Amino acid sequence: MQPTNRSSRILLPVKMWFVYLTLFIALFLNYIPTGHLPAVPDFVALVLAFWCVREPLKIGIGAGFAFGLLTDIGVGAALGQHAFSYVLLAYAANELSRRVLWFTPVEQALHVLPLLFMSQVVMVLVRLMAGAEFPGWWMFFGAFVAALLWIPLHYVLLLPQYQPVSRDENRPI
Amino acid sequence: MVGHSPPPFFKRGPAPLAKLVFFVIVSLALLISDLNLRYLDAFRQGLSVLAYPLQMAAATPADFVRNASNYFSSLVRLQIENKELKSRQLQGAERLLRLDQLEQENRHLRALLEARERQPVKSVVAEIMYTAKDPFSRKVILDKGDQAGIAAGQAVVDESGVIGQITRVFPMQSELTLLTDKDQAIPVMIVRSGLRAVLFGSGNGLMELRYLAANADVQPGDKVVTSGLDGVFLAGLPVATVAKVERDQAQTFARIPCLPAAGVEQFSHVLVLGHRENLPPRPPEAEVINKGKGAKGRKAKAGKE
Repeated sequence: MQPTNRSSRILLPVKMWFVYLTLFIALFLNYIPTGHLPAVPDFVALVLAFWCVREPLKIGIGAGFAFGLLTDIGVGAALGQHAFSYVLLAYAANELSRRVLWFTPVEQALHVLPLLFMSQVVMVLVRLMAGAEFPGWWMFFGAFVAALLWIPLHYVLLLPQYQPVSRDENRPI
Repeated sequence: MVGHSPPPFFKRGPAPLAKLVFFVIVSLALLISDLNLRYLDAFRQGLSVLAYPLQMAAATPADFVRNASNYFSSLVRLQIENKELKSRQLQGAERLLRLDQLEQENRHLRALLEARERQPVKSVVAEIMYTAKDPFSRKVILDKGDQAGIAAGQAVVDESGVIGQITRVFPMQSELTLLTDKDQAIPVMIVRSGLRAVLFGSGNGLMELRYLAANADVQPGDKVVTSGLDGVFLAGLPVATVAKVERDQAQTFARIPCLPAAGVEQFSHVLVLGHRENLPPRPPEAEVINKGKGAKGRKAKAGKE
C-alpha cells in the first residue's frame, strides 16, 4: 500500500513536533563534518522539501528560512546562502504539492530532483557572484543522491502517521 | 461593534508569493551584508551559541572515525615516526641549548644598546577539528576560541610554516582560513633575492605570487617567507616554495604558482600566534604616498584581513 494521496490508506494527522524533530535530525546530519567529500546530500533540503510537499499548509517558507540560517551557521557558509536557497525550495515544493502527491514515490523523487538541483545551483550562483571559487561539479551529485533518498524517506517519515489496519465491514479501508 | 468582521473560516497567513518575496529580500540582504560588508559577525556569534551543542554532537562521529583510524595505524609506522622524531629532537636539542644562551646574550646586548626588548609572542596550541563543510572556501575549525584568548586576525603556524589566519572567533571554537583560500593574501619575501611580494591563495591547494613583473628575479625552488610588513605575521616564517615561473611576454606580470610549505590541508596540531606587540608607529599617510610604493598599501590591507 502506498501512503500517497491516491492510496486507499488513511493516515493520521501529522504531529508538528515530529516535523521539527526530523528537521533538526537533518540539521544534525548536515553538521557532520564530511569536509569536501563528494555527493553528500543536503539533508535539510531533502526533509524540508518532503514536509513542504506533504503539508503545504503547515510548513513552508518561514521554516525554510530558519533552518537555512542554522545550516549557514553550522557549515561556515555565507550567512543567508542556504536560507535563500531553502526559501525558494520551500516555495516551489509548496506550490508543487498538489501535483506531486498523486504520484508514486519514485515519480515523486523525479519531481523533487529538479527542485533540489535548483537549490544547489542557486547557492553556486550566489557564491560565484560574490567571487568564490567554483567548487567543482561533484557538488551537484548531492542532489541526485538526495532524490534517491526520497524513496526510503517517504516511508520513514510517514511511519508515525500509519494506523493499524483493522478492516471490518464498517471500516472497509 | 462597528467594523467587526466575522472570523475567517480558514486561518491563513499572508499570500505565499508575498511571503516568498519578503524572505527572498531578507536573505539577499543578509547575504550582501555578510559577504560584502561583514556586519553580521555579532549576529553569527549569537546564533552559533545555539548551534554549538548540535555541532559538537555532529563532530563526534568524525572524531571517532579519526581516532579509530589512528588506533589501527600500523605499529611499524608509529615506530618509524618515533625514530624520526627522536632524531629530530636530538638535532634540535643542540640548537635549543645554544638558543638559550643566545637569547641571554641578545637580551644583554639589547639592554646595552637600550633597544626596546622584543616581547615574546604569546601563543596557543590548538587542534584542527574538521574542515568546514562550505565547498566554496578553504576553512578549518579549531578547537579553541575566544575563551582561550584567540582573536580574529591572528596568524596560525604548524611545525613547518604558516598555515593561515584566524578569521572568525566563537566562544569555544575559531575558524581558520587557510592560505590556499581564494580570498586569503599574505605579504611575503623571497629569501634568495629579497624581493617583496604578496602571496594569494588560488583555491586549488596552491598559492600564487601576484603582481611581480615578468622579468622579476624569481626561480623555481625559491623559498618564500613572511616579510612581516603587515604587522600580523612575524617576519621570516616559511610560507611556500615557488613551483614554477611562467613568463609570458604578452602579460605585464609573471604567473608564479607556489606550493605551501606547511601541511596546509592536513589535520594536526597548530600554533596560534598572539598579536605582535611593540609595532613601530605607522608613518603618516602622506609619506607613504610620496614614496610611491603602491604595493605597500595593499600589503597592509591584506594584513588586516
